[in-house]
Amino acid sequence: MKKLMKGNEAIAEAAIQAGCRFFFGYPITPQNQIPEYMSKRMPEVGGCFLQSESEVAAINMVYGAGGAGARVMTSSSSPGISLKQEGISYIVGAEVPCVIVNMVRGGPGLGSIQPAQSDYYQSTRGGGHGDYRMCVLAPSSVQEAVDLTQEAFDIADRYRNPVMVLGDGLIGQMMEPVDMDLCKDRKPAEDLTEKTWAATGHVPTEEAPRAIINSLYIQPDVLEKHCQKLQAKYDAIEAAECRWQEEETEDAEIVIVAYGTTSRICRSAMRKLRQEGIRVGMIRPITLWPFPEAAIRSTLKTARQYLCVEMSMGQMIDDVRLAVNGERPVDFYGRTGGMVPTVTEIVDKVKAMYDNDDLHKAEKAFNDTVGAVGNAFNKLGQKIEKAVNNPELEQKAENFRKQASDVANRAASGLAKGMDAMASTLGKAFSSIFGGAQPEEPKSTETVDTPAENNEGGEQ
Amino acid sequence: MATVFKKTSMLTDKPFHYCPGCTHGIIHRLTAEVLEELGIGETAIGVAPVGCAVFAYDYFNCDMMEAAHGRAPAVATGIKRVHPDKAVFTYQGDGDLASIGAAEIVHAATRGEKITVIFVNNAIYGMTGGQMAPTTLPGQVTTTSPYGRDTNHCGFPVHVSEMLATLNGPAYIERVSVHDVAHVKKAKAAIKKAFQLQMEGKGFTLIEVISSCPTNWGKTPKEALEWVKSDMIPNYPLGVYKDITAGGDQ
Amino acid sequence: MEKQFLIAGFGGQGVLLIGQLIAKAAMKQDYEVSWMPSYGPEMRGGEANCAVVVSDEPIGSPLVSEPPVLIAMNKPSLNKFMPMMPAGGVLLYNSSLIEDPELREDITVIPVPCNEIAEKLQNARTANMVMLGAIRQATDVVTEDSLIATLQDWLGEKKAHMLDINKQAIAEGAAVVNA
Repeated sequence: MKKLMKGNEAIAEAAIQAGCRFFFGYPITPQNQIPEYMSKRMPEVGGCFLQSESEVAAINMVYGAGGAGARVMTSSSSPGISLKQEGISYIVGAEVPCVIVNMVRGGPGLGSIQPAQSDYYQSTRGGGHGDYRMCVLAPSSVQEAVDLTQEAFDIADRYRNPVMVLGDGLIGQMMEPVDMDLCKDRKPAEDLTEKTWAATGHVPTEEAPRAIINSLYIQPDVLEKHCQKLQAKYDAIEAAECRWQEEETEDAEIVIVAYGTTSRICRSAMRKLRQEGIRVGMIRPITLWPFPEAAIRSTLKTARQYLCVEMSMGQMIDDVRLAVNGERPVDFYGRTGGMVPTVTEIVDKVKAMYDNDDLHKAEKAFNDTVGAVGNAFNKLGQKIEKAVNNPELEQKAENFRKQASDVANRAASGLAKGMDAMASTLGKAFSSIFGGAQPEEPKSTETVDTPAENNEGGEQ
Repeated sequence: MATVFKKTSMLTDKPFHYCPGCTHGIIHRLTAEVLEELGIGETAIGVAPVGCAVFAYDYFNCDMMEAAHGRAPAVATGIKRVHPDKAVFTYQGDGDLASIGAAEIVHAATRGEKITVIFVNNAIYGMTGGQMAPTTLPGQVTTTSPYGRDTNHCGFPVHVSEMLATLNGPAYIERVSVHDVAHVKKAKAAIKKAFQLQMEGKGFTLIEVISSCPTNWGKTPKEALEWVKSDMIPNYPLGVYKDITAGGDQ
Repeated sequence: MEKQFLIAGFGGQGVLLIGQLIAKAAMKQDYEVSWMPSYGPEMRGGEANCAVVVSDEPIGSPLVSEPPVLIAMNKPSLNKFMPMMPAGGVLLYNSSLIEDPELREDITVIPVPCNEIAEKLQNARTANMVMLGAIRQATDVVTEDSLIATLQDWLGEKKAHMLDINKQAIAEGAAVVNA
């Protein structure tokens, strides 16, 4: 049965249903409902909620509990996540699984408490020191926040690496219907094995030798090997865990790339734009790292332009540009500091991009020209009408008609020539206007990647 | 032939990396012996610090986690909450515990976290090369207090045992020294009591061990032990600062 | 079909609850719904508002920046949000607390004397329920049955005795719109 739940509370319950029994956190808006909910629920399920003295302590408690073999979570918001970076780096280095929720708010510094997406770099580029990656899941609805939180525990255990669930103030505070029955008592994924590596205080055996949970490798060659091993894990994560959703990209001339809250606003904008005949589609990264590069490249077939929309001054746009690799223009629209873009703003932005496109400029010029010629013919025609009414001028009228037809022919052939010229310069894109025939220019040699098979974007 | 001494099974065979005359080795041995004697060693979980004892995970023969600088009490908290029936301990130096980790130790103590903290106080940063520590004595010369610690400029040493003893969470806090045999014996008894109380679930336990650092003090091992007696102990009086089993604070 | 509401007032007037009950009742009718509160530093008596979207397809933006239906429970809310309404929008305002408002002429305006009616019912706390009844009647966003069932769920067993007075308040609010 569906239940109306706040994002923060739904995430907390989802974690418990996924077997999380330890939670360490420190108050910060806009994620306080997570620790509050945990403080009530953990004792009910025989788990442990502990309010730590700081975010620094919280992440280190997470490190301890995760290293001791438990499913453990912490949550915070941007300034608090900054404080956790040291711990996250250690956790990655020591290969301890855990889940970290970041309900992003405006920054830098103390910033604001309103929703933002300005922690994209921090979460996808490491944030802490050293050579590392962290899987980042970005839900765009409360139901998805539930699903991804549960998956986060599996991914974390699978690769012995922290996983971040990255929402924002809006995802955390919003209420939406959630089907909690579907996520009840979720068992760990079947491929997960026992944590024989954990520091459980056990008598060493062959399968589970004495545990040393550690990120210190004082010999450079040993540390390099360790980092190479971690990198192999990241490669595996990139190959297997990338998730995204595609919406109306099949024929999209303008492709929007947006995640989380922003993607919802873009979806509303898309509906309006489609009604006005603008072929716009969207790629919504669900994992911010690994980034769905192949999915974006697959839209190069139809896309003429890309628009990255974020609640930041432009961070994910770097990844979109890397994916597009200079083959198409990538534009940006963003609001930041806790401001949320409106549907109207995005509609206007896309329309401006559409109008600015050389193709549509030419199309407009063409339509204007045809219109002007039509008008001229019309005026001429009216004059002829008057003339033919005078029988004395019949001969003159005949000449007139001849002239008119000459003019028309000349105009038509001139127009055709002009069009040919334009067609050859504007290339294959013009084919749509001229009836689908491919222009006779050299075939493009670019290859277009197909999306990975594990595309979970079935909702489109 | 009777065995008069046997190395504890709670230490691995890896040779210590500590400098000659450093008392870390003794403190490691005492801790390991206690774990073995109490029969809690095989299932103990230790947390190593950042500092000279950073490689403690190589020496203690039980499950170990390496913590970030100062965070050992938070890491131990996480471990203990998952395994409340296991002996959980941290082994931390003065820079780690009393400077960068001041918040973590105070809050683990006041929560009454059921762990044992072995706090090694040698009044200096050893691993990084002899810089001023939070416990450096007034006037003491270090590489970052070359004119001697000026209390007017950088304040006074932190008295951890005294400070933590004011809290309600700790069950047992004692300051000991290992500069001679008699004190080594006393130190072992203190460590044993701390672990016993932890296993009885009485609360937070901390043993502050005054230690020597001949290398960074610029002394021979013998001079260093003398200095413990002449300068360290007067500044850091030995004794029990908190013992809930004694029916009152001392 | 997509209906968007912005419900605003000050903290303690039950504006968040009005929104939640609409969202829950609509959910009962299998609509897609979202409820998004304003949030700020926690304080009493500050501004409070929530955006509710009810739709028969997945909801895009849960924010309502140009409210087609605005519910203003106090004057600051009216002054703040009425200018954002599109022409042809519907404004329901609490006429007990908002005296002589300067109203736009390109929108439909429904004054609801929430506090007066609540006092007449001898339960000042039902003022928000009066407004809820008026909203339902004016917009038909949910059925009466589903709204009452939702109210019943919300009250639970502990407060079951409060059902009648709340139902009455809802009916009175609806009557204002019919009048």
